[in-house]
Amino acid sequence: MKRDPGLYDWWPYVDRPKIRWPNGARVAFWVAPNIEFYELDPPGNPSRTPWPRGLPDVHAYSHRDYGNRVGHWRMMEAMDKHGVRGSVSLSVAMCQHHPEIIGECVERNWEFFSHGIYNTRYSYGMDEAQERAIIEDSIRTVKDATGQRIAGWLAPALTHTERTMDLLAEYGILYTCDLFQDDHPQPIKVKQGRLISMPYSLEINDVIVYNSYLASPRAYGDMIRRQFDTLYEEGAESGTVMCIPLHAYLVGHPHRVKPFEEALAYITSFEDVWVTTAREIAEYYYANCYDTVVADVARRQATNRLPEGLETEASR
Amino acid sequence: MSLPPSYLEYPRRRHGMDHDLYPWSKAFARPKIEWPDGARVALWIVPALEFFPLNPTGKPFKAPGSMVTPYPDLRHFTTRDYGNRVAIYRIAKLLDRFGLRASVAVNGAVAERYPALVRDLAARDWEVLAHGWDMDTLHHGGLAKDAEAAVIAKTLGVLRKVSGQAVTGWLSPAKCESGNTLELVQAHGVEYVCDWVNDDLPYEIAAAPVPGAVPAAAGGYGSTAAPGRPTGPTLVAMPHSTELSDRQILIDYHHTEDEYAQQLCDQFDVLYAEAARYGGRVLCIPLTPYITGLPYRIQALRGVLEHVTRRAGVWNATGTEIARAWRAGAAPRG
Repeated sequence: MKRDPGLYDWWPYVDRPKIRWPNGARVAFWVAPNIEFYELDPPGNPSRTPWPRGLPDVHAYSHRDYGNRVGHWRMMEAMDKHGVRGSVSLSVAMCQHHPEIIGECVERNWEFFSHGIYNTRYSYGMDEAQERAIIEDSIRTVKDATGQRIAGWLAPALTHTERTMDLLAEYGILYTCDLFQDDHPQPIKVKQGRLISMPYSLEINDVIVYNSYLASPRAYGDMIRRQFDTLYEEGAESGTVMCIPLHAYLVGHPHRVKPFEEALAYITSFEDVWVTTAREIAEYYYANCYDTVVADVARRQATNRLPEGLETEASR
Repeated sequence: MSLPPSYLEYPRRRHGMDHDLYPWSKAFARPKIEWPDGARVALWIVPALEFFPLNPTGKPFKAPGSMVTPYPDLRHFTTRDYGNRVAIYRIAKLLDRFGLRASVAVNGAVAERYPALVRDLAARDWEVLAHGWDMDTLHHGGLAKDAEAAVIAKTLGVLRKVSGQAVTGWLSPAKCESGNTLELVQAHGVEYVCDWVNDDLPYEIAAAPVPGAVPAAAGGYGSTAAPGRPTGPTLVAMPHSTELSDRQILIDYHHTEDEYAQQLCDQFDVLYAEAARYGGRVLCIPLTPYITGLPYRIQALRGVLEHVTRRAGVWNATGTEIARAWRAGAAPRG
């Protein structure tokens, strides 16, 4: 095990090269519905138990299933109303289980990226062949169901191995949503190819806000607006990215959907906001920002040296 | 250490659900439900009368509300017992003022200890539904089927004798079921269950073994065809909300009383508006008397009831009345 994942260099949030989004937008805004399938009777993983109460856990299972029976359409209607396309974090087995939902998203020209096969199958303990198999399964399954080649990755239930990022880049995945060290996209150090971290946010994610921070629905709407206001203000200096990660089994409840919809109305009322998808942000970033940022990160590293006579722990 | 090859095998990866208990169904594409008198929203109020033993086994886990401190935890025992002597009457009087009836979920042990309480509530024309034996007798995957059958028979037997009602609803303690609970409660005359929180509306669920802990039926999986409506005995799964429960909002989330009331009112407003487009809805108000029946909290509930009953087209009903109305006219066909 490593002391540091070694995936990126320190890069202070000051004097960075200016990101200019299309049409002078200050904020690239994207919404990431997690469309997940949790199994009623999943196999065990030595590192993590799928359901807290043991099997069967009908309450936990049915709580998630609410999203795919009910919540999805409230969330989607709110997004439709404000012209927001989803960038779907997809348990790709959804393409088999509920193609009806996938079809409605395809009709809306939503993007799909992989969130693993099921959210009850964890990457912990996978060997390289197994991890390759879930990436290849994801690419194939989403292509067959939607015609899209996945451009992004959010590990199933945020479970990783040390080789995850290298494999993503090798398979031509453009971005990962698994890293939270920055509000800007950032080049990730991989063995071959290129990969960037896409700001996704656990802080403004409905699972964290509702289940960890225990916020009320109206407080969540307020948090989303505050998050936006700051990123919009800072976007005058250099373009920022704001993501709202969602789960229809939470935000899609009647008492929660309206504050969310009102927050979307607020954000989309600004003209200089680029309402987009993660793939579009990543493609624009590679074409216009990636090389400049790599050079700037290297420049900062050159200044980030210990005084003579001190050596780093790693070099001792 | 790598994972066995079976970890990447998906025998239930097929169209529809990963089990045969109920088919997938989009809530907004179902036949419109028509409640009696054209009501838009069925108002289903569900207080729970629970007995928390002073000496819980805590197995396989402690139900929410269970004892906390070293034995004897008089503090939590009496706090819970307050619900069954003071708070429930405070709630009953409030509902009386609004002319509202409830479906009261009762542990068998409460009916055995306080039969007069159950009779008082039944005399108000409230429905009694079964809530298991007590809050330390959980239905879970490790429970033997015959032992669970005995608990169910004892619970329903006491509740039926004391209330004089048929008792056809079931809410498992802590909404925890074994793989056999659905099958067993149906065999004991139960018509609806409240443990599945995947819908806003009633739906039909098989009274059959639930995969997990108990072996799945041989040959039941691997087909790519979506499972259809269950063919054997069924129950109505009723939308008893966890998200709107006073326990979750006030105790687990630490929201204020005003925030609690606001969320219930917001829920009602959205459902009421949806009903015009999609047919009848259900507003479930789960109540824990020892939580909401406190002097400083009861006013929040009063505000909610004022908000809801101000509108035309609200049908206050019991779980059995809602389940039967749904069975009679609104069940998705085919």
